[in-house]
Amino acid sequence: MTAFWADLFDKFGVMVVGLVAFAAVVGIVLFLADRAPKKGRDFWQLLAFVSPAMILLAIGLIYPAIRTIYLSFTNRSGREWVGLTNYEWMFTQPEIITVLVNTLIWVALVPTLSTIFGLAYAIFIDKSHGEKILKSLVFMPMAISFVGAGIIWRFVYEYREQGFGEQIGILNQLIVWFGGEPQQFLQNSPWNTFFLIVVMVWIQTGFAMVLLSAAIKGVPVEITEAARLDGANAWQQFLNVTLPGIRGTLVVVITTISIATLKVFDIVRAMTGGQFGTSVVANEMYTQAFNRGEIGQGSALALILFVMVLPIVIYNVRVMRKQKEIR
Amino acid sequence: MTEAVEKAEAKLDRPLGQRNDYTAEGAVARQFRKSKEKLTSPWATAAAIVIAVIWTIPTFGLLVSSIRTPTEIRTTGWWTWFVNPSFTFDNYADVLFASGASSANLGQYFVNSLVIAIPAAIFPIAIATMAAYAFAWIKFKGAGAMFVLVFALQIVPLQMALVPLLQIFSQVLGISGTFPAVWIAHTIFGLPLCIFLLHNFISEIPGEVIEAARVDGANHTQIFFRIIIPLSLPALASIGIFQFLWVWNDLLVALVFSGGTVDVAPLTQRLAELVGNFGRNQERLPAAAFISLVVPLIVFFSLQRYFVRGLLAGSTKG
Amino acid sequence: MSSTLRRRLLLPAAAIGAFSLVLAGCAADSETPAPGGNGGTGGGDANCAEYEQYGEFSGQTVEIYATIIDVEADNLVTSWSDFEDCTGITINYVGTQEAETQINVRAAAGDAPDLMIIPQPGLLQRLIEDGYVVPAPEAVEANVDEFWSESWKGYGTVDGTFYAAPLMASVKGYVWYSPSDFAENGYEVPTTWDEMVALTEQMTERNEGAYRPWCVGFGSGDATGWVGTDWVEDAVLRLAGPETYDAWVAGDTLFADPEIVDSINLVGDIMLNPEFVNGGFGGVSSIVSTTFQDAGLQILDGNCSLHRQASFYEAQWGDDVTVAPDGDVWAFLTPPINAEDGFAVTGGGEFVAAFNSDDATAAVQAYLSSDTWANNRIALGGVISANQGLDPQLASSPLAVQSIEILQDPNTVFRFDGSDLMPAAVGTSSFWTGMTDWVLGELTTDQLVTFIDGTFPR
Repeated sequence: MTAFWADLFDKFGVMVVGLVAFAAVVGIVLFLADRAPKKGRDFWQLLAFVSPAMILLAIGLIYPAIRTIYLSFTNRSGREWVGLTNYEWMFTQPEIITVLVNTLIWVALVPTLSTIFGLAYAIFIDKSHGEKILKSLVFMPMAISFVGAGIIWRFVYEYREQGFGEQIGILNQLIVWFGGEPQQFLQNSPWNTFFLIVVMVWIQTGFAMVLLSAAIKGVPVEITEAARLDGANAWQQFLNVTLPGIRGTLVVVITTISIATLKVFDIVRAMTGGQFGTSVVANEMYTQAFNRGEIGQGSALALILFVMVLPIVIYNVRVMRKQKEIR
Repeated sequence: MTEAVEKAEAKLDRPLGQRNDYTAEGAVARQFRKSKEKLTSPWATAAAIVIAVIWTIPTFGLLVSSIRTPTEIRTTGWWTWFVNPSFTFDNYADVLFASGASSANLGQYFVNSLVIAIPAAIFPIAIATMAAYAFAWIKFKGAGAMFVLVFALQIVPLQMALVPLLQIFSQVLGISGTFPAVWIAHTIFGLPLCIFLLHNFISEIPGEVIEAARVDGANHTQIFFRIIIPLSLPALASIGIFQFLWVWNDLLVALVFSGGTVDVAPLTQRLAELVGNFGRNQERLPAAAFISLVVPLIVFFSLQRYFVRGLLAGSTKG
Repeated sequence: MSSTLRRRLLLPAAAIGAFSLVLAGCAADSETPAPGGNGGTGGGDANCAEYEQYGEFSGQTVEIYATIIDVEADNLVTSWSDFEDCTGITINYVGTQEAETQINVRAAAGDAPDLMIIPQPGLLQRLIEDGYVVPAPEAVEANVDEFWSESWKGYGTVDGTFYAAPLMASVKGYVWYSPSDFAENGYEVPTTWDEMVALTEQMTERNEGAYRPWCVGFGSGDATGWVGTDWVEDAVLRLAGPETYDAWVAGDTLFADPEIVDSINLVGDIMLNPEFVNGGFGGVSSIVSTTFQDAGLQILDGNCSLHRQASFYEAQWGDDVTVAPDGDVWAFLTPPINAEDGFAVTGGGEFVAAFNSDDATAAVQAYLSSDTWANNRIALGGVISANQGLDPQLASSPLAVQSIEILQDPNTVFRFDGSDLMPAAVGTSSFWTGMTDWVLGELTTDQLVTFIDGTFPR
């Protein structure tokens, strides 16, 4: 026990030193900018504000991105130029095509389902008694790590064949109670992909719900009321008043969930390890690059991921531009 | 400080970061609301409760499992607990405090997670606030393009940044496998989203407030500390909480930059290892998983009122 | 994460935990277990004569990176504590289950450890080909020439240059059973493969409820399927013989070759028969959702009679189960096709690769390849080694003694786990996934071999 406390003391010591050092560096940078000579002060101050972020991003993301693009045209160890071989490989291997298709299924279903569930729930609980508690219950999975979620859902999906002992997974127990055959949810392709998607939807719905709920509250009550007095029923009110009112939030929600979905890695890795035809690009990329040492193929997969996210980014940039113009 | 907030909020006719809050409602609207409340469909409430139950059951099952004995966990479902209730905290004691190398040792990993997550939530927020301010309020050529670039960087798959960054940490800085390496990595990976979200918020601050300060002779540093930070506190808090949760729940970054040892590696990594042993340590898993949930849940429940304000700013414009 | 870490390294928590922790505790108080056979008497100073040959390196640190964790890691650290005291080298042991993946990142980033204990020859070969691993120093090669067979040395050799010495080992192909179950039902340990099938046939009389003769579990996280490859390897070695086995592993013989297909079908005759599997869990398809750790434990519950798994499975049984010929469980080696065929076993093992040629690194490497280390480590229990300088009687259990004797017997035909030697695209990928799909009934044997051949980089 004493060793534990000593260890704790040491580590928090490191943390405090780190925090103080960081504060000192930022403080000095800003202090110097503040005291910069009048001439060109604006420039120095701009530099002080922007450069820490830009330097870190250049090192940690921009350079790696460029390097990845280069590596995707090289052989497995990254030392020989092989042209488009890796891309050819990708689109000719049936397993990799499965991976690409799976990823598309993920990115089609997760944002849609999470948003629909989140929105419906937000509307259902709006102004109801115990709204806060109901919100917390659905938002809770958002605070759980993917690894933790994997453990939770493995218990849910546990399988015992009929006649070979009691079910210990709730889902199969429910099926048995209703007189069905227990299923191997994580092994039976292609449905296993959907059971993994359920986990991601479970996590992301809370995120969608919290943001959309706040947006709904932001729709001016007067307008809703006016619509109601005009004789619009609940569905028409929703369609004509609420939905347009929360469009901006919907874009943010769908964008964020889509990007998170395309990058999903831990859930698949923790639950099936990408086996049984459940792998997705982010997982396959890691497997290729690091488990098999096929850096070239891994990088090519990364680039595909890149390309898949691109439309989402372009759409958002256009929305941002429009907003700027309005302002 | 509060003076600035008041000024800004007076301009906006509502608290910053929130549109059309209840306080802005007129008495008539409040009247309408009352009448509407009565009309809330019982079916909608029932549907909501069903969703809430479905969403909660998996976690609840884990909680029940964590206080059952190993044999029970192995042979029967957690719901049988209601028929044969039994309590044991051995699983928790085992994973947290059991000594010896074969124990899960979660106590130490727990400390590591805290030591990683606190700075890794503060650093990117601080740096991102500075950058977001510059993008929003310092006029310079290429500001727009640079901001789009930052936003677009969200798409770089983390996995591909691991090797080059580790190269720098080990060969240039010599810090691989230490806490600072993990902090810096998380800071970098968190920056694009933090800058994006904070920019939405900070650019919403009324220009008049900042202009007034400029006229009074304040430079950017002074504006930053006297106006931007106090006004952005709700946003900083909410994005900070999210960043904390992401870092706390991260596995991949920790795996590469922490070196994977008990000296630095976080809880998630140990948890993943216990999963790897699934079968042998099955009785430990629920308790271990639940311990990893405790901090995020405390953070979430105690600070949830801050969540939405910051994230929502700028997104409500239709 | 690859198979091997589960196969060999997640070993014994509870089983030998208590015992070795006591030892570890003693060692910390300077009373190290005597390295048997060398007349050591314990006490740090007395032993230093043995370590003089490695030199003095005060203040130097050597990092050893490995997938070995928990009690196994403690035992490792104990096994070199005398060496550290006498040579002045501090060994910084870093154990993580992700090491096999992380080494790719670390090596590529120039952050490689000094030494790594690599559980897969395939990974070792790749790291050598990519130029990260340095050739073994002379002292290591001399040790290996003295204490290991040619085939073991071969696994650490690329293009005639010797790089990595073997460390520990395991014997695969044991079939676990309960001696009392056999005695009660009048079962005999089979001496040929056919007898084993006949025995299984005989056992099906008891099929009722959850009972089936065999229990099989493929489940092992993202390495799921390796158990199936082990079965096939054993069958190939026995049915097609060692020469074909070597050619098959090297990729010169196709999976679609009739001899390989026959071997796979031999396995299928047992594993795909719902009358024969899967005790305690269900039908054939339940094999993939059952973890390999869980599967064998059904023997204790009387839900099955046979479970094929390597020597390291000994650690799974738990504290209160005796592993002995007259104990609760014991194991026989998967029998040959014909009774007159010689002893053929497949097995696994670790190799120690160096990523730089510092003197201190070389000294540690030399020590780890010596008989002194092997005896030190084996005495702590839980593992075996193929080191010829090993005294089998030091081993912790009857099964370990037997396994070491098999490995040391010059007449034993020993072959390394084939999937570990194959290219990663097959050995840690299509071979695994192919076997799981085959068990799930999604691939026939013909489709299976066509699929795997299609992924084999030849």
